[in-house]
Amino acid sequence: MNSPLRPPPESGCRSAPILKERGQHEVFCGLTGIIWLHRKMQDAFFLVVGSRTCAHLLQSAAGVMIFAEPRFGTAILEEGDLAGLADAQEELEREVARLLERRKDIRQLFLVGSCPSEVIKLDLARAAEKLSAQYAPHVRVLNYSGSGIETTFTEGEDACLAAMIPALPETDERQLLVVGALPDVVEDQMLDLLGKLGIDNVRVLPARRADDTLAVGPNTVFALTQPFLGGSLAALGRRGARHIPAPFPFGEEGTTAWLRAVAMEFGVDLTLFGNVTNAPRARAKKAVAQAAAPLRDKSIFFFPDSQLEIPLARFLTRECGMQAIEVGAPFIHKGVVGPDLDLLPQGPTIAEGQDVDLQLERCRAAQPDLTVCGLGLANPLEAEGLATKWAIELVFTPVHFYEQAGDLASLFARPLNRRGLLHFEAAE
Amino acid sequence: MKLSVWTYEGPPHVGAMRVATAMRGLHYVLHAPQGDTYADLLFTMIERRDQRPPVTYTTFQARDLGSDTANLFKTACEAAYQRFQPQAMIVGASCTAELIQDDPGGMAETMGLPVPVIPLELPSYQRKENFGADETMFQLVRHLSRPAEKTEKVTANLIGPTALGFRHRDDITELTRLLNDMGVEINVVAPFDATPEDFGRLASAHVNVLMYPETGEAACRWMEREYGIPFTKTVPIGVGASRDFVAEVAKLTGVEPAFDEGRLRLPWYSRSVDSTYLTGKRVFIFGDGTHVAAAARVARDEMGFEVVGMGCYNREMARMIRRLAKEYDVEAVITDDYLEVERAIEDLAPEMILGTQMERHIGKRLGIPCAVISAPVHVQDFPARYSPQMGIEGANVIFDTWVHPLVMGLEEHLLHMFREDFEFHDEAGPSHHGAHAKPASPPVAEDVAQPNSTPESVPERQSTVEGVWLSDAENELKKIPFFVRGKARRNTEKFAAERGLNEISIDTLYEAKAHYAR
Repeated sequence: MNSPLRPPPESGCRSAPILKERGQHEVFCGLTGIIWLHRKMQDAFFLVVGSRTCAHLLQSAAGVMIFAEPRFGTAILEEGDLAGLADAQEELEREVARLLERRKDIRQLFLVGSCPSEVIKLDLARAAEKLSAQYAPHVRVLNYSGSGIETTFTEGEDACLAAMIPALPETDERQLLVVGALPDVVEDQMLDLLGKLGIDNVRVLPARRADDTLAVGPNTVFALTQPFLGGSLAALGRRGARHIPAPFPFGEEGTTAWLRAVAMEFGVDLTLFGNVTNAPRARAKKAVAQAAAPLRDKSIFFFPDSQLEIPLARFLTRECGMQAIEVGAPFIHKGVVGPDLDLLPQGPTIAEGQDVDLQLERCRAAQPDLTVCGLGLANPLEAEGLATKWAIELVFTPVHFYEQAGDLASLFARPLNRRGLLHFEAAE
Repeated sequence: MKLSVWTYEGPPHVGAMRVATAMRGLHYVLHAPQGDTYADLLFTMIERRDQRPPVTYTTFQARDLGSDTANLFKTACEAAYQRFQPQAMIVGASCTAELIQDDPGGMAETMGLPVPVIPLELPSYQRKENFGADETMFQLVRHLSRPAEKTEKVTANLIGPTALGFRHRDDITELTRLLNDMGVEINVVAPFDATPEDFGRLASAHVNVLMYPETGEAACRWMEREYGIPFTKTVPIGVGASRDFVAEVAKLTGVEPAFDEGRLRLPWYSRSVDSTYLTGKRVFIFGDGTHVAAAARVARDEMGFEVVGMGCYNREMARMIRRLAKEYDVEAVITDDYLEVERAIEDLAPEMILGTQMERHIGKRLGIPCAVISAPVHVQDFPARYSPQMGIEGANVIFDTWVHPLVMGLEEHLLHMFREDFEFHDEAGPSHHGAHAKPASPPVAEDVAQPNSTPESVPERQSTVEGVWLSDAENELKKIPFFVRGKARRNTEKFAAERGLNEISIDTLYEAKAHYAR
């Protein structure tokens, strides 16, 4: 390999102490994942069994409503459903029948649990089983919980994928499974790179369409493309598949390290690896260098949100020259983000969980140049004079792999550039 | 259980948040799981508020359920008081906390906090956002107001404006001016920008101006009963209603009516010849009951439109809207299911929709222009400029807003005349809306008047008629401007079906046109 990977820092953050906080969490619940999952899986429908609040969250978090009749909806529990649970099951079956009658294109139906359905212990697993038997083979009905009492924001995708894994057929084939919902354009780039490395037997979870040939087994190795997939990792482990730990494919370094971990697993020749990756690596480096100029030596503070925080902090410190002050994440799963923690130089506070008022105090005291936070906090912090980057954009935008590395840096540079552009003073 | 895709109203605790967020010095402790914090973004993003809503969420998790969620509530309540030092607090539960029955109100009472703590009972599985706002406002008034001497000068309270309301900020300014013009001063505006202490002065007013019945009626009724303060029944949206409002305030307070005609432009704009093309435009009106009723009057009496349908999503206003619909000789659509509203709009094929954000999307899908007249609203409905709906400037703003989505008068004539010009064709949309323009292409779908819709968004519709369109009749139909094409198609099909015709020819098309001619 002509340009080897940069060595890790002398002491990374894997064994750094973690500030654990339990107070008010200013985060979305797992239902939010439906907003991108329903676009990714084009023959799936997500039926939330919940309250008016759930329906309101989905339409508000989407920011702009996707007004083509979306492939998600909420079965809103009413007074009567709370009184008699047996009836709630029947009502649900009736709503599903009506939905599937109207939407013949649906091949996968997810019954998604919510806070109220969990609290009243509505048995969605049983409902899914029953409905699956009823609508097989045309429609597969699965269930998972996106409730806020059990899942935080991106954990909804994790719960969804983890629910699909036990239902996958068994295979003994040697194959690579790539896990995590990526925009189609990015997924195609990834498959192209893997193909050029000679790794051909590659499957992706979630597939764009219900795919009966997707299978898993003891000769399956898998790599994650999203750092919030701890539950899916465990579910795949139970199916005998083996995880390839790697830093996440953000930026030039992350992408190269991720690809290299996969390449090593498949015994790819180093010369071939260099031939395949050198050109896109150079492009990514150049793009990042251009986009990241305004980020150099600037400080950054992460509120916990999408669980992308640790890999992004690694990218921003090592590739963009930023200084991390605090890196907060809702949960820290070292089996997943360990390799990224290894690369993140010690220094920042690593925080897990949240007490939003205390964290706001730390943020104000630190006066970071850029704060990454959720939509509820962004404008109030801007009004206090702090530049912010809304975290939700990071899960809605293509940011993985080489060709998006520059875009990823730009996302962070834009709020700073904008501040430089605006002038409201009189001319003299 | 009811399947819902989009909702017009949020849950009732969001209504309570709209009241709390509008105020200063009040704090809301909401027993709720973490996901419910999404509601903050309604205010910080959609309304662009520069502060977090004054809400502390207990954000309990599954593991807390077996142990002690009640204690979590107490800790959160205590911490919120210490941190924010509010003049008063409201406490309540969201939908999930309602199920675990911790009784936040009861618990807060036992804590002995040194400020008034007002418990809210908002049944999440029965009621919705507007009820939540109305009930919260009522409870605040009940707990925080007290009898007081009337002010020396004639004063009014403005009741009902909340955070996230449709143009509430500017309506307050406009109404203040309208009232000042007749010598009436403002005593308290609530809840918008009011503190709990301000609520103590409410009873000093001579009259309550009920700006938005959806969010202030219970409070006004209570103050009428307790303090003998009368409240206005006219919502001053539109010219006629503003005049009625001035007369009503004058009558209730004994001041001389005054109305600054000099600022009023709507009547002349509407009479001027350029507006001739607005005559008889068929409009469908949907939103909250108050705004719909006001819009119907403006549409018919002040713009010269034909109201072909109306309805509201808030059942609290159903009776009033049904009565009004009868007056307008149309069917009332009372529903909170947007698919039902969409069907009603499709069937009526209006030339314009006056609705909410939801109808704006429906209009986009069906290729029908839409102006927003009511909540629910989106970020674009919080304009930087002054744009009230109420009073004199409100009427002027309404004229501009409603005309804007339409094809301009002469342009419409030219489209009729030169239907097949490759640049100047109806698919290009109104010439002052650049984004719609696209070159004419051979029509591929049944309905070519949907430049914005993706194939996915257009569900296939079963034709309800047996009559088959002959190709020359189909082509003739396409020459009819898009804004009446749907109506022409339906009328012709109905005409053919009634006569048992199997084929629709050009003659059938024009016979139907003559038959249905007004």
